[in-house]
Amino acid sequence: MTRIVLDPTGELNPPARTLVDRPRSLDDKTIGLLDITKARGDVFLNQLEQRLVARGWRVRRFAKPTFTKPAPIDLRQEISTTCDVVIEALAD
Amino acid sequence: MLGYRGAVELPDGVLVVVKRECPTCTLVEPVLGQLAAALGDDLHVYCQDDPSFPSNVPQVIDDTGLEVSWQLGLTTVPTLIRVEHGKELDRLEGWLRKDWEAVTGVADLGPGLPEYRPGCGSRTVDPDIADELAVRFKASTLRSRRIRLADLEDEMEAAFDRGWTDGLPVVPPTEARVLRMLEGTSRAPDEVVAVVPPDLVECTVEKVAVNAVMAGCRPEYLPVVVAALEAACTDDFNAHGLLATTWFSGPMAIVNGPVAPAIGMNSGLNALGQGNRANATIGRALQLVIRNVGGGKPGGVDRATLGQPGKYTFCFAEDEDGSPWEPLSVERGFPPGTSTVTLFAAGGVHGLADQLSRTPESLARSLAASLRSVFHPKLVIGFDACLVVSPEHGRVFREAGWTKARLRQELNELLTIDGVELVRGAGGISEGMAEQFRSASLPKFRDGGLLIVHAGGKAGFFSAIISGWASGALGSAPVTREVVG
Repeated sequence: MTRIVLDPTGELNPPARTLVDRPRSLDDKTIGLLDITKARGDVFLNQLEQRLVARGWRVRRFAKPTFTKPAPIDLRQEISTTCDVVIEALAD
Repeated sequence: MLGYRGAVELPDGVLVVVKRECPTCTLVEPVLGQLAAALGDDLHVYCQDDPSFPSNVPQVIDDTGLEVSWQLGLTTVPTLIRVEHGKELDRLEGWLRKDWEAVTGVADLGPGLPEYRPGCGSRTVDPDIADELAVRFKASTLRSRRIRLADLEDEMEAAFDRGWTDGLPVVPPTEARVLRMLEGTSRAPDEVVAVVPPDLVECTVEKVAVNAVMAGCRPEYLPVVVAALEAACTDDFNAHGLLATTWFSGPMAIVNGPVAPAIGMNSGLNALGQGNRANATIGRALQLVIRNVGGGKPGGVDRATLGQPGKYTFCFAEDEDGSPWEPLSVERGFPPGTSTVTLFAAGGVHGLADQLSRTPESLARSLAASLRSVFHPKLVIGFDACLVVSPEHGRVFREAGWTKARLRQELNELLTIDGVELVRGAGGISEGMAEQFRSASLPKFRDGGLLIVHAGGKAGFFSAIISGWASGALGSAPVTREVVG
């Protein structure tokens, strides 16, 4: 007997996207540092910023309003239009 | 009476649907002959089981396929319907002489017959074919992708293999079961209920119904599941973050109002435990929607360090009748008698026993001491809690005349803690509030961060403390939605 069930999922077909090529050098690039605002993420990013700036690279700092929610669209838009690469501090 | 489903054109005049095996239908056979003579082409007789019946009516319409009967939503034969300009004006079930005469305009029907005979069940509601008819005539309205199971595939294993379950078996969501589930709501199957995280997928009533079937819900639970999903997918409740967190928490649903007893929910003995179908399956359905429609799975976006068993399902009703206080829904701004679901980002259940306190002051101190341990005894404001007061503890407050507001005020005072006890290092514990709070006095809970409800069995001087998660705008705030049928 033929048994048919209904798909309980969102039936998504996400478009395949290729990753952008990694830059060969960070010279003349702007590096975004995104703090998701978990405790002590700023400690890590402060250290990183010092090291990056010491090498003469441009750094921009960003922070999510709260670590519990995805970054707002405006923030994502700003990062993508002003930075070439981004480093995100995820953990406690 | 189900009523006209709308997918067949009704001829003007008088329609009568009969079946030969119905004694009332055979009883009124002479009446149908009278009507045929009086009304001519304006009489349309449909027979569900034998188109040669009734023999005294020319051109009986064959409805052995039951399409007309199903579209008419019949529950009984004989049913007599008067139609003008394609619209149903009157409907009679069974035989009642004066009504048949009034609706048909034909006098002296059925001389010698009794005045009244009830009808029999329409074939369309025979349990062995009702589901098949629903699939035959209505399944085309369902939009979900059909998945054909292979002949050798076990239907329970198939759901596991496809990643659709929470680790327990699910009810296979066949077309018939989903159609039956959708009878539980007046909302259209294609209505979008919410955008479900983490994949941000628009979820229709139909997709909720599919997952409600899998969870084991009855159709009458569906409006509660829908309301719970609406509440979960708000920015305030933040189901995305709740799913993603390393903390224990998951969505807990508290149901208030008349819907809870109407669908047999448990607010009493073992209210937070197993054994009640509505409690168990409503909470589970919500989690299955987030898993299947939203794409939120453990190890994927769900990063819980330990999790907790309430992430399978966590739903109960408030015991409003036995409560010393107003229901949670009323406290949250809904009129008394409104059915609601309140979602709370719940960690685990922590039991508190106090079998000796007979004054509200003493009992409040016990509750406060236990509430202080939520998240960490030295961390404040950041986490909410839900206090479930059981009947024996509730009685202490009732007999002393303490309102819920009074209890809340006392708890707030008892849980305002000197910073010196809370700062990092205090008590020999590294964890704690930042040093800057040393000279402050801090409340354990933010304003609005402590829910108080009443539930449980009649015996036991116990209450439950359900820890929350990152509170308010930082994480999740409780959200209440009305249950709409």
